[in-house]
Amino acid sequence: MKLTKLLAGAAVALGLAAGGALAQDTTKVGFVYVGPVGDGGWTYEHDQARLAVEKEFGDKVETVYVENVAEGPDAERVITQMALQGADLIFTTSFGYMDPTINVAKKFPNVKFEHATGYKRAENVSTYSARFYEGRAVQGTIAGRMTESNIVGYIGSYPIPEVIRGINSAYIHAKKVNPDVQFKIVWAFTWFDPAKEADAAKVLIEQGADVILQHTDSTAPQAAAQAAGNVITFGQASDMAEYAPKPRVSSIIDNWAPYYIARTKAVMDGTWSSVDTWDGIGPGMVGIGEISDAVPAEVKAEALALKDAMASGEYHPFTGPLKKQDGSDFLAEGETADDGTLAGMNFYVEGIEGSIPE
Amino acid sequence: MDLSAINPVLLIASLMVAATPLLLAAIGELVVEKSGVLNLGVEGMMIVGAIAGFAAAVETGSPLLGFVAAAIAGALLSLLFVIMTQVALANQVASGLALTLFGLGLSALMGQKYVGVKPPQMGRIDIPVLSDLPVFGRVLFGHDVVLYFGIALTAAVWAVLKYSRVGLILRAVGENHDAAHALGYKVVKIRTLAILFGGACAGLGGAYISLIRVPQWTEGMTAGIGWIALALVVFASWKPWRALLGAYLFGGVTVVQLNLQAAGVAIPVEYLAMSPYLITILVLVILSADKSSAPASLGRSFHASR
Repeated sequence: MKLTKLLAGAAVALGLAAGGALAQDTTKVGFVYVGPVGDGGWTYEHDQARLAVEKEFGDKVETVYVENVAEGPDAERVITQMALQGADLIFTTSFGYMDPTINVAKKFPNVKFEHATGYKRAENVSTYSARFYEGRAVQGTIAGRMTESNIVGYIGSYPIPEVIRGINSAYIHAKKVNPDVQFKIVWAFTWFDPAKEADAAKVLIEQGADVILQHTDSTAPQAAAQAAGNVITFGQASDMAEYAPKPRVSSIIDNWAPYYIARTKAVMDGTWSSVDTWDGIGPGMVGIGEISDAVPAEVKAEALALKDAMASGEYHPFTGPLKKQDGSDFLAEGETADDGTLAGMNFYVEGIEGSIPE
Repeated sequence: MDLSAINPVLLIASLMVAATPLLLAAIGELVVEKSGVLNLGVEGMMIVGAIAGFAAAVETGSPLLGFVAAAIAGALLSLLFVIMTQVALANQVASGLALTLFGLGLSALMGQKYVGVKPPQMGRIDIPVLSDLPVFGRVLFGHDVVLYFGIALTAAVWAVLKYSRVGLILRAVGENHDAAHALGYKVVKIRTLAILFGGACAGLGGAYISLIRVPQWTEGMTAGIGWIALALVVFASWKPWRALLGAYLFGGVTVVQLNLQAAGVAIPVEYLAMSPYLITILVLVILSADKSSAPASLGRSFHASR
């Protein structure tokens, strides 16, 4: 009796497996997330883009995702697992997945990989990122105009070029509208740890900051600013509109959906090739969230004008004359930074105090 | 470097907040260990308390009810430890570790729909005159109720252990459970109550993190505070007031580290992150000379027939 049941079960399982194998005209797309999809920031936006892919292609696509994947060896295991399960295209959405993605890609030459914010590519590995520093320029302008204590707090995640670029861009533009502005920078050494982020925000506020910029993914600094009262913040990676109109006065919104849809389409059509995409406000990969009424109208107009100038390409946030922190020359009058310099940026511009941790 | 940017008053105020979850968990564990039981499941009970308190506060809209729920949840989880170690007489170290791992997994499961949710806010106490006092007003009288509860609990535990009959019995059970049994005290019952108390305290500590200190829910958000609380009990050589001092010291390290960073002092984060554990090791070495430290029956199972 038991044996017959077992055999019947095995037969059904085999049938299902065969059925699954036959229905191979769906494209399977995998996503690896560094935080939970409900973080309200970075991972949330990637997941919104995943849902947009599902909506666009309907039955023709199947998506899978794994959240809270630690950067490092664990990521390699997760990506491998996804490739083994038959994913055709895998998006790995954090800087620390760079080497794991390259390693796994070597073992699965027929699977396409897309790594966010990294710089290592291969035959079947593309990289993509957004020019967040354009958004930081807008934030810096608002921060410089709005601060009364002239102290702007900045919560950094890891000292990597992407984050340093953001700090520099925000500082340059804050300084431009407010020569007395000073930046206080705290490194949290995490992308997502609400307890640490909240502590960092509180410390910055205690030391006099009345504007908090964050390059970490949770809404905890927003909550800390709200509790403190007269402090403004900016949504990071996502709109974080639940904290508007104050403390959150604007935001940088990552809009990955068009890119994810285009790349999925390319895999379906067989036209996928390894590329390096780095888009900003112009193509719409970086969005600026609604500037709330807590910001005076003239500051809002100034910020939006800057945004439009960057979108049309007539203004580059890193335009000379600029010096490095140590006083050496960075950019001459009118010169703009090229992408190579930006991608590897490992120094502060002149005026920022403190040193970048090793 | 600009150390003048660090405001000592605000530093102490935020240090007290950072220390409270540690203090609550450590005081609970101190009572447990005084009764002769070593419960390594503090981290697990804290995180379950954190999510249970968070969920209850969100659903009912009342942070206070959240804290009540957290204490109950912590105690319920510790009941599992009671069954393992007091009824089934399993090894306490292994059971405690299992409790931590179980708690971490359970909390992640319970918390799935609470990620990114905003909890109701807990108001600060505002005592009309005292809170406005210069310097001390902000440090001493500007906090939430739970912080004061933690300090009051420390005083209460100290008084009970030192002066009351209940405290004497608890200590007797912890020092020599056979003698206490011979005197007619119900060792298992007393230890069970102590473990439940410890669980409730750990739950409260966890909820303090998710409802006041952050306030938000994320998986694994206690981030090792339960382990520091365990180290703290040893550091305090099982004395409540020293636990308070230790909690402020340990809690202070995190706050001071961020303050130094913001003030532009470049001390590698790793040094400060490991300093609490280094201090514990140091204290353990010093304590080894002091014979009057750990309860003599700590970690030993008791059965009336043996």
